[in-house]
Amino acid sequence: MSAPPAEAWRGVAAEQQEDEITGKLGTLLRRRSRRLLTDLLGPYRRLVLVIFLLIVAAQLAALAGPWLVGVGIDQIPQLTRTRNAGPIALIIIAFAASVLVQAAATRSYIAGIGRLGGRVVLELRRRLFAHFQRLPIAFHESYTSGRVISRQVSDIDSISDMFDESLASLVSAVLSLLLVGGGMLLLDWHLALVVMAGFPPLIWLSIWFRRESAIAYRQTRTRIAQVIVQFVETFGGIRAVQSFRRESRNEDIFGELNQANADANLRSQRLLAVYFPGVTLVGNLAIGAVLLYGGLRVIDHQMQVGVLVTFLLYLQRFFEPLIDLSQFYSAFQSATAALEKISGVLDEAPSVPEPELPTSLPDAGGPAARGRQVRFDHVRFGYRDSTVLPDLNLAIPAGQTVALVGATGAGKTTIARLLARMYDPLQGSVLLDGVDVRQLADRALRHEVVLITQENFLFSGSIADNIELGMPGASRSEIVAAAAAIGADAFISALPDGYDAQVGKSGGRLSAGQRQLISFARAFLAAPAVLVLDEATSLLDIPSERLVQDALRTILTGRTAVIIAHRLSTVAIADRVLVLDHGRITEDGSPEQLLSAAGEYSSLHASWQESLA
Amino acid sequence: MPPTTASSPQHARDQLTAPGQAPARAQTPAQALWRLREYMRPYYLMLFLMITAAILAVSSEIAIPLITKSVIDSVVVKGIRAELLPLSLAAMALGAIQAGLNFFRRWSISSAVVGMEKTIRDDLYHHLQRLEPAFHDSWQSGQLLSRAINDLSTIRRFAGFGVVFFITNIWTFLLIVALLIRMNWWLGLITGLVFLPVLVLCLRFEKRYRVLSRLAQDQQGDLATYVEEAAAGIRVLKSLGRRDEAAARHLAQAKLVYRTQVDKARLRGKFWAGLDMVPNAVIGLLLLLGTLAVSRHELSLGGLVAFVTLTLLLVWPIEAMGFIIATGQEAATAAQRIYEIFDTAPEIVNSAAAGDGASHDRPGLTAGRWRSSRKAAVQRASGSAGPPVRARRTAPAASTRGAGWLTFDQVTYRYPGAPSPVLRGVSLELSPGETVALVGATGSGKTTLLQLVPRLADVTSGRITLDGTDVRDLPLPELRRRVACAFEDPTLFSASVRENVAFGVQHATEDAIRAALDAAQADFVADLPWGLDTRIGEQGMALSGGQRQRVALARAILARPQVLLLDDPLSALDVHTEARVTAALADVLTTSTALVVAHRPSTVLLADRVALLADGVVAAVGRHSELLATQPRYRHLMSAADLGNPGDDGRTAPGLRTGASR
Repeated sequence: MSAPPAEAWRGVAAEQQEDEITGKLGTLLRRRSRRLLTDLLGPYRRLVLVIFLLIVAAQLAALAGPWLVGVGIDQIPQLTRTRNAGPIALIIIAFAASVLVQAAATRSYIAGIGRLGGRVVLELRRRLFAHFQRLPIAFHESYTSGRVISRQVSDIDSISDMFDESLASLVSAVLSLLLVGGGMLLLDWHLALVVMAGFPPLIWLSIWFRRESAIAYRQTRTRIAQVIVQFVETFGGIRAVQSFRRESRNEDIFGELNQANADANLRSQRLLAVYFPGVTLVGNLAIGAVLLYGGLRVIDHQMQVGVLVTFLLYLQRFFEPLIDLSQFYSAFQSATAALEKISGVLDEAPSVPEPELPTSLPDAGGPAARGRQVRFDHVRFGYRDSTVLPDLNLAIPAGQTVALVGATGAGKTTIARLLARMYDPLQGSVLLDGVDVRQLADRALRHEVVLITQENFLFSGSIADNIELGMPGASRSEIVAAAAAIGADAFISALPDGYDAQVGKSGGRLSAGQRQLISFARAFLAAPAVLVLDEATSLLDIPSERLVQDALRTILTGRTAVIIAHRLSTVAIADRVLVLDHGRITEDGSPEQLLSAAGEYSSLHASWQESLA
Repeated sequence: MPPTTASSPQHARDQLTAPGQAPARAQTPAQALWRLREYMRPYYLMLFLMITAAILAVSSEIAIPLITKSVIDSVVVKGIRAELLPLSLAAMALGAIQAGLNFFRRWSISSAVVGMEKTIRDDLYHHLQRLEPAFHDSWQSGQLLSRAINDLSTIRRFAGFGVVFFITNIWTFLLIVALLIRMNWWLGLITGLVFLPVLVLCLRFEKRYRVLSRLAQDQQGDLATYVEEAAAGIRVLKSLGRRDEAAARHLAQAKLVYRTQVDKARLRGKFWAGLDMVPNAVIGLLLLLGTLAVSRHELSLGGLVAFVTLTLLLVWPIEAMGFIIATGQEAATAAQRIYEIFDTAPEIVNSAAAGDGASHDRPGLTAGRWRSSRKAAVQRASGSAGPPVRARRTAPAASTRGAGWLTFDQVTYRYPGAPSPVLRGVSLELSPGETVALVGATGSGKTTLLQLVPRLADVTSGRITLDGTDVRDLPLPELRRRVACAFEDPTLFSASVRENVAFGVQHATEDAIRAALDAAQADFVADLPWGLDTRIGEQGMALSGGQRQRVALARAILARPQVLLLDDPLSALDVHTEARVTAALADVLTTSTALVVAHRPSTVLLADRVALLADGVVAAVGRHSELLATQPRYRHLMSAADLGNPGDDGRTAPGLRTGASR
């Protein structure tokens, strides 16, 4: 076996995969996540207080049990002597009361934390989702969809888990340590100090464990993630794997990753193997020490035997909260990190803000839809340091179909995006019937302008659901009419479930052309005044393109349209063609005019004609 | 057969289940769990030592309260001061022994269960790689993964935790109840009996809680799916201005998750409250009855203390029993799910006729038996008797190192479960070095036909021969060495460019890789930050569709196959790049026989001949211009000449206006 050295196959990643929290891990919440947390918990201040009091009540009641046992035991000699069961009965009643209080408080605080956590998480989900929807495309382009998803899924999950499982244990553990410790000091501080001697080694052990397990935890996470990636990619690409005989190479790689994962698991389990028995050891030694010193004090009548019993009962569970603390600390830490990342996103201000006081467009009215007039007025735009459009002036009368032609980077897509207000111009303005698009409410603008790209994304659900997205609440007959107008009715009706066929499931598998037709039907139903098509037909084969081409003629009727296409077959249906070069318009006229002008367009057209032969 | 890891129990299974045999015999979860012991076999001794250690550890834990009893009875009550020190030291010693044994138990079990998990996962991966693509298509993407990750972790947890504590907890219960009964029979009996309902409570809780947890998981899964869609479809949502609708749908789903979470918390609260109550109630009872017993001298004072302490020691083992049994059930279901995969035998394997040592791997399996069982499997899969399998020519005389004659002879293929075949008798011959373009409408079976050549699926009837030999009679590795493909949707791994190009070729040289990339016009690789070492794929640099296609094309070129299968490999390229790739490909194609699926005239121009696939057969073969002239269906697929001429319909049709206004 002369496989390349481990990891060489993986290659070098060009960029950081995940936004690691910089700075010291385990430091306190930063200001913005603290602000977010205060904001989220604000409405529930009373609930938080009640929960806290309930936990204290439950812990106090739990504390009372062993103490009452001790007191009861001290009553025994008297009981034997006087045959008066009164005090004992009182103790039993107190014991029963403490048990009931503990049960009721426990039940309520667990349910309370569940509700509190549920509310906070629900609100966080709502805000985050709405915020991602509001952030502009420019943001989504740099903040990949993978990160959008992991903020909303895994980060929220770790906060939810925190509330679900760890928070109650964490608070109870701290309270238990404090209350039991305090109780022991009150009962007999000499003996209590002996018990406390167990703390220094335990705290040292816990700090060691927490530090090591944080490292081990991160390691197991990354390694299992690598196993998963290799697994998913192998079987997602099983055809390539088998036809290129990659099986044995894959097995080497997978074996290596799987072994590394096993090593990481082993490491974290062995940390537990040291830590847990370590805590047990200190607890047991403390029991021995209490027996010895407490026994001496009882013999010397400095302490009652009941107190010794109470101490022994307390000790059985005294050190265990430390285990909870160190275990749940990591959950707490990852929830904190998640909150930090989420608050970072929520602080992101939309760079394409909605107007405070939106203007409304004049009613399109008049002789049925004619579209809107579009004007680019001294528009300058660029990405980072490169200018794409230096100074664009363009007027499109209502109802006109304009095709944009030009090399990659000439600014065609930028014009489409500015018109649909995916970005705002650096200078100048984009006007719709004389109104700056920045003055329109988002909802109003989207009603007027719709952009269709070659990414004809369909959501899970039926085909009808997907078309309905164009006009929520549309009736089935409106949906069918839209599909029919586009020419999609025939193939949809031919599917086993027709309009109810589930997209992507068996019976709903659609070709790229069919998907594009559905997105056209969607846009048709939305009935915008201005339609922008960015490379909407580029990936289609010829029969699909033919279908779409026919649909286009329908959909463009009565609207203003801007079309960008590589293929001149699409361009040819335009009223007017603009040839762009480095953000400037170099040719402008009807297709026929430009053909006869012997410019860029006519030479492009000639080579296209040639390719048809 | 490629050499495989020889030590795993995998091989035993492969031989037991011959290809085509009915997969997944009925097997209960418990049986499946029991079968897993084969993976524990290397650790039997360790397991035995570990359980012994665990039992000794709880025994010493239980002994400590007995020492407390002696301390109170003889030292405190009777005032025998001399016994205090030895007794206390003995308690400490027992405590130390318990801790030490626990350490040993945890330390030793960890390597056993981690090792077991790794071996099963390796075997699972090995097995899955040998199952045909049709198997993978029939599984939802997350299903296999969840078996390989979640189910195996469940099994690991059960093996490392459940099994041990199942035994030691029963031991703890019996030992403590016996001790209690010895101290005071009626008090001991009552204590033991009171704990039985706790066990029932725990089991019921675990059951209900699991139902809720699964519901919560499903709801969270649905919510996550919607979040993913909203992220992927953000442009559509934005463009149509549907963010309020999307937010409403998201909120509705998030509320479902919220409600289940609250229900879960409520159930948890009820359970924990009940769980806390029972031992405390027992202690209260003990306090009442115990003081009575002590005052009547039926029990010593130390005995009462020991009673209470031992009862507290009973709480955890009983509480945990519900959890352990539930884990056991989960592990059993997980084992069943895993064996379901292991028991599925690969349908596409080397035939005995392929020779090449294959017969040594499968003794007693003659070609005839294999074929008949394979045919039976096909019939089972399709639900009825398929068309008769044509007799195949046996023992090809042609040399294995032929020139690349590729022949399709009456090839029929029907997808498992489909009512009718997609290919109904395709016949086509490709002579060495020839390039044939395959043209057909969407869904006409072009991609399917290509996949039959490297046996990613097997023909339903008819045959495909390579230099006269049925591809099913060639050893799989040899067949797949001689045939290479590039698919329309290129598969890239999250690995370096080098690894992705050298994909199947071991020891490819740097020059060969660069030459292949050059031929595929993948010059963009030079501009990547680390060149050939740049990681691409999902976890690496994002490449455009066209770039991905060119990497996949380079992969196929590097394999230097006799037969090259290209499934519309240039669909995502722009016109200029396509022209350059086409020119470069023309050189490569002179040495290989090539079958190229084409959607555009420009791709067709690469080919010497064009085959039109329609209605499941090759409807016509000829040159591009001939077919354009004679075949209307071909013209429909390949001629864009009618596009772009604004006809007199459409734009002005009056009837179509209505939908546009509202």
